Amino acid sequence: MTAPYAAGSTSSGTTRILGWLSLAGLALLLAYALVWSPADRAQRDAVRLMYVHVPSAIVAFTACAITTLAAAMWLRRRSEGWWVLGGASAEVGLLFTAMTLLTGSIWGRPTWGTYWDWDPRITSTSLLFVMLVGYLALRRIDNETGDAAQRGSRGAIVGLLLFPNVVVVHYSVDWWRSLHQTATITRLDPTIEGTMLFTLVLGIAVFGLVFAWLLVHRFRVGWLEERIDHSGLDEALVERRAEAGVGAAVGDGGTV
Amino acid sequence: MLAMSHAGYVAAGWGISLTALAAYAIRTVRRGRALARQVPPEDRQWT
Repeated sequence: MTAPYAAGSTSSGTTRILGWLSLAGLALLLAYALVWSPADRAQRDAVRLMYVHVPSAIVAFTACAITTLAAAMWLRRRSEGWWVLGGASAEVGLLFTAMTLLTGSIWGRPTWGTYWDWDPRITSTSLLFVMLVGYLALRRIDNETGDAAQRGSRGAIVGLLLFPNVVVVHYSVDWWRSLHQTATITRLDPTIEGTMLFTLVLGIAVFGLVFAWLLVHRFRVGWLEERIDHSGLDEALVERRAEAGVGAAVGDGGTV
Repeated sequence: MLAMSHAGYVAAGWGISLTALAAYAIRTVRRGRALARQVPPEDRQWT
């Protein structure tokens, strides 16, 4: 369907400000992460990967929390906004979860001597990745009856399980023996300080801005997709009614 | 950066991440533009 409406986009004043702030923040973060922050005594320059790995993980976990909230609200209210938000947040979260796994794997090679290990945190994060893929897939798979509510409910149930898994990811280093270190910045006496701590916090803030920008745009894309789906459905209904009307008229004509 | 230890790993980690983010952002914005043309302006409350 291609209607000749005026050109538009998913941008607004707010997203433009967010976008420019994100770009400026990314430039500053790159300068701190790659140039201005010192190398670590143990990890040496591989620590610079932490300034992309940790923020990616925190953003991915935030996205999962939003998806779980959206799934719960959709099950309760069945409103379109929560449905679209759940899908948008899960898709952006999937990107950041993939980045977390990739950067962690690349960091693991020079520091642990291996790209991959079935460590509790890596395993639970991989499970999170699979769950996000499953959630997005369930939202798309049509059932036999084409019942959107049933399809949505199945997806939402997986969505509800995302945040509990984030809790498992977070505490996995405390609950099981792990190659990962325990909490670094969430404790009251952070184990890093100075420029390294600042760079890490800056990374979290900048990735937060990037996430917000992506989420708003992806939400609007989802909203537009819903509008187009509904208009297609409305057109099909009008056509069906027109056909039925013609059929009835022909039928009436036949009885005269 | 050239004198950096593990420079290849650092470059790969940052390079892949920033490329993935940029590619996803461009794809999302382009998709938004394509879809917005098919929807009447009153359904795009943000514009």
